[in-house]
Parts: sequence; structure tokens; C-alpha cells
Amino acid sequence: MTGHHPDPEVAPTGRTGPDALVLETSESHQGLQPREQTSPEELRREVGAVLRLPEGVSVDPTNIDVERSDDETMIINMGPQHPSTHGVLRLMFELDGETVLRTKPVIGYLHTGMEKTAEELTYVQGCTNVTRMDYLSPLHNELVFSLATEALLGVEMPPRSDWIRMLLVELNRVSSHLMWMATNGMDIGSTSMMIYGFREREMVLAFFEKTTGLRMNHNFIRPGGTAADLPDGWEDDVMVICDTILPRCDEYDELMTGQPIFRRRTEGVGAITAEEALALSLTGPILRSTGVPWDLRRAMPYLRYDEVEFDVIVGTYGDNFDRYSVRLNEIRESIRIIRQIVEKMPAGDYRVQDRKVTPPPRGRIDESMEALIHHFKTFTEGFRVPSGEVYVATESPRGELGCYLVSDGTPNPYRMHIRGPSFVNLQAMPLMMRGGLLADAVAVCSSIDPVMGEVDR
Amino acid sequence: MLFPSRGQYAGLVEEYRQQGFETCSDLCAVDYLTHPGRNLPDGVKAERFEIVVNLLSLSQVRRARIRVQVPESDAHVASLFPIYPGVEAMEREAYDLMGILFDGHPDMTRILLPEDWEGHPLRKDFGVSRVLVQFKGAPGPR
Repeated sequence: MTGHHPDPEVAPTGRTGPDALVLETSESHQGLQPREQTSPEELRREVGAVLRLPEGVSVDPTNIDVERSDDETMIINMGPQHPSTHGVLRLMFELDGETVLRTKPVIGYLHTGMEKTAEELTYVQGCTNVTRMDYLSPLHNELVFSLATEALLGVEMPPRSDWIRMLLVELNRVSSHLMWMATNGMDIGSTSMMIYGFREREMVLAFFEKTTGLRMNHNFIRPGGTAADLPDGWEDDVMVICDTILPRCDEYDELMTGQPIFRRRTEGVGAITAEEALALSLTGPILRSTGVPWDLRRAMPYLRYDEVEFDVIVGTYGDNFDRYSVRLNEIRESIRIIRQIVEKMPAGDYRVQDRKVTPPPRGRIDESMEALIHHFKTFTEGFRVPSGEVYVATESPRGELGCYLVSDGTPNPYRMHIRGPSFVNLQAMPLMMRGGLLADAVAVCSSIDPVMGEVDR
Repeated sequence: MLFPSRGQYAGLVEEYRQQGFETCSDLCAVDYLTHPGRNLPDGVKAERFEIVVNLLSLSQVRRARIRVQVPESDAHVASLFPIYPGVEAMEREAYDLMGILFDGHPDMTRILLPEDWEGHPLRKDFGVSRVLVQFKGAPGPR
């Protein structure tokens, strides 16, 4: 540690001069710049004038207050370690009094080069890496990576593995949305909601622990199926979760939905239109809250989503309250799906019986030399994937979670790119905040539901 | 899947948008330095970098993938920002990690790495252990 510096004009690295400390701590161009240092093009982006909107609605790009003096506005910083920024997110605001003019999210504080790491790991190991990206819905990350690998391999999955995967990701959606309900409640002042949300999420995590061995970062869904079958008596556990959480959703309704303070803090705050959402590539509950019924589970079904019944929840106004309602009702829909999965779960293999992809069962290793070799090869070298490239997308709790995978025929991915929904959705922040109050910043940020592990990767 | 040249790229994407591809769901860059022999249609010259764009049409429920070859010596392409403002962060990420410049992007700065970072880590010639883990104030590497 460098300790305390008595002379403020000497920065820790020995640079001197009045600007030394500013230079040391500033991130220069990445942050929000004063108006006179910002190009008109960039300024237009910050005020949302570049979006494709019907004429008459859109902001006239020539009519933006580019010449406005800095003396009237102030740039302030929130984060990177603010209790309500959902991770290490830094937001910079330009304020006119209490009104927010421009917003810029500054990200990258959790960047650990996971896409580079993926190139060093085999396909067998890959899931341990991707599962750490969106740590609130790890099973979705594992699923999208496994689906992409299987698409390159061209293997046909046994039905039971599809249904097990669906069960797990839907439970994960419930736990992720419950976590969002909890943190959103806390962000706008309802600490009881935080306790309740975490309490219910714990039930789902306990089931995950029983099934996968871990509460988070499971590495359970793998290319070729799942790591193990569901534990004995899983139906009862899942039904208890469903029977508990469904009535609790009605309790949340009572606590939050009709509450006047909650409604005044969410209704009409951070509203966006469907055109704006599409232009900004937003997906998931944010897009649906604007009234676009787009859910990849329905529109482009993967796994067995075409065999279960559920409704796609849409909002109307695209404000914070709609995003809240969409997520609350998606918990109910997920529980509806989970009940159908419990009914329809077929018997059979939980992983594909292809020795090149799946390691042999433990019992076979003791008696068969060949099985031992296969086991050894799978876990040391990994399996080879035919060269090619593929883009697979799934609906994660936050939106379209995509995986672009390039293979060169070796056991390691040549390039793995994850299209993180939070990374893209965070771009909506400047638009949602424009003209709003600083006090709503935390509520708006929370309603985007960013997970910084996925934003920074 | 389409393989336009760099000159055709922005025009083709604009054409697709008018055909009903409302949103650009993904944009990323790939470095083919150590895997030059990939399958490309006739007439497309393989270059070191590739920009891969995934467009999505909600009304027609289909996707389109566009792959543009970008040479190493002149690593820049037109920005899709005027067509799809949502690629803003994705193009910054491609610039940051792969070092490809996007002409016409309003804010071509690093997004994930610090501003003073040297190099572009997702390039294949950027070694994995090239940057040592350093802590502030700790003695430097031996």
C-alpha cells in the first residue's frame, strides 16, 4: 500500500504538478466528459437523439443544446462501489439542479478476460468458466454454452436431459427474479421485500445444492447432457418450492404492487418505447415491458419449450412499474412451466450415450480397459469438435443470452463470445435517465437488472 | 449467412434493416491468425480478422449472420451505429479486445480495459501470461 501522501500534488507514482492526482485517478476518455470536450455526435447519443423513431417523436439532432455552458450543469459520479449499483458499476451523471441530463455507465471493473480464458480451456472445462459470468443465473450460461457445443457436434440429445435442463433453468429463472425482487425492493426502500426475496430464493438454491452439489457456479449442465441425474424424491422438493413460492407471489403483490409509495416511485419512471428498445438491441423483460411479445422460448423454441404451455408477459408503458410486473408474473409463469415439467418428465438417459462426448459411468471403469482410456481422454485431452461456427441464443432472465462459438477442430474452442444481455441492456441507462431525477437513478438502474459479472466478463 | 466486402457492409446491413430486421442482437470480432483455413465461399478472400454480426427479425422470426473480412494491415470497418444504435457498446468491446476500429462510431474508447492498457488481449498473438498480476505498491516483477 502506498499510504497517506502529505503533499496532494505528488501522486503515488511520483508524478508531480497540480493535475497529477487527477491524472492518476481519472479514466480520461472513458468517463463522461464536459460538454465542450464532447463531440456533437457523442452528445446526441447521450441524449438519445440517434434512435430510429417515428418523425415527430424523435429529438431533432440539430436542436440540441450543444453550446450550453458547463457553469449551469455539474458532472457527478456514483460508484464504482455504491451500495445500490448491483456490483462494481460506475455511473456518471450530468445534472442540471436535480434533473439528469446525461448519463454514462462506466464498466470494466470486473473484467477478467473470460472469453480469452475460454480459448485455453477444453469444451469439457468450458462450463466452469461460463457459469461464473452471470452469477445469478449460472445454469443459463452453462446451457447456452452446451447448446452451442452440441450444435457443432451435431449430437441428438436424449429427451430426459432436455427436460432436466428445462427444469433447472426455469428454477433458476425463479431464483434470479426473486433476487431481483429483493434487490429492487431494497433499492427503493422496502427492506422487508429484500428479506422475503432472499428467503424464497434460498429454497431454490437449497434444491440446487442437493442436485448439483453447489448453490451457485454449478457446472451441472455440460456438453452432452447433465453431470448427474436428479436426486431421489426431486418431485416432492420441486412441488414444495412451487407450492410455497406461488402464494408468496401474492404476498409480494400485497406488499408492493398496490403500495402507493412504491407505485409513485416506479410508475412513469424510466419509460422507453418499443422502437427505442429495439433500436438499442434491448431484450428480455425490458423489451417485453414496452409491449413487444418477444420471448425466445416462444418465438424460437429450444429444448422442449414447444411442448409446455405458458404465457409471454408483456407490459404497456415500458416504465419501471411494467418491468416489475413483467418479472413478478414471469415467476408465476415459470412455476406453471415447472409443474408441467414435473408431470411430463420422461425416463431414460440424462446424457447422450456417445463415448466420444460423455465419459463412461464410474462402474465401467473398474472392469473395462477401454472405458478407462475413454475416461482418461475425456478429462485430459477433451473431445474434438468439428470445425465450424455457430450462434445459439436462449432466453435468460435478463434477455437474449447468446453464444457465438468458433471451432477449428481441436478440443478447445477457437473463439467463444458470449452476448451478455446485461451488457447490452445497460446501454438503455442514458435514455431512461434523461430528464429524470437523480433520486430515480437507483430505481432505474435496478430495473435494468444488470449483473456485472456478465457485463464485464 | 452473408459475406459482404468491407465496402458493401454498411449498405447491406441497412438493406436488411429495411427488409424487417429490426434489431442487431450481436456483434463480435474473431481473430483467425492461427486458423486460416476456414470454409469461405468462392470469391471471399480470407483475412486475419472477421466481424460477425447477428441480425434478428422479430416480425419474420429469423436471424441473419453477416461476416466481414478485415485485413490486419488496415483494421477498420464502417460503424453500424447510424443503423443500429444498440451496437455502440459491442463495437467498443470489439475495438477494446480485438483492436478493430469502427469509422463513424461516436465514442471509440476502451470499454472493459483501462484507458492506458497496451495491446488487444483477444488477439491470438497476445500471450495469456503476458501481463503479470500486479498490486499497487507491491514490488515489481523480478
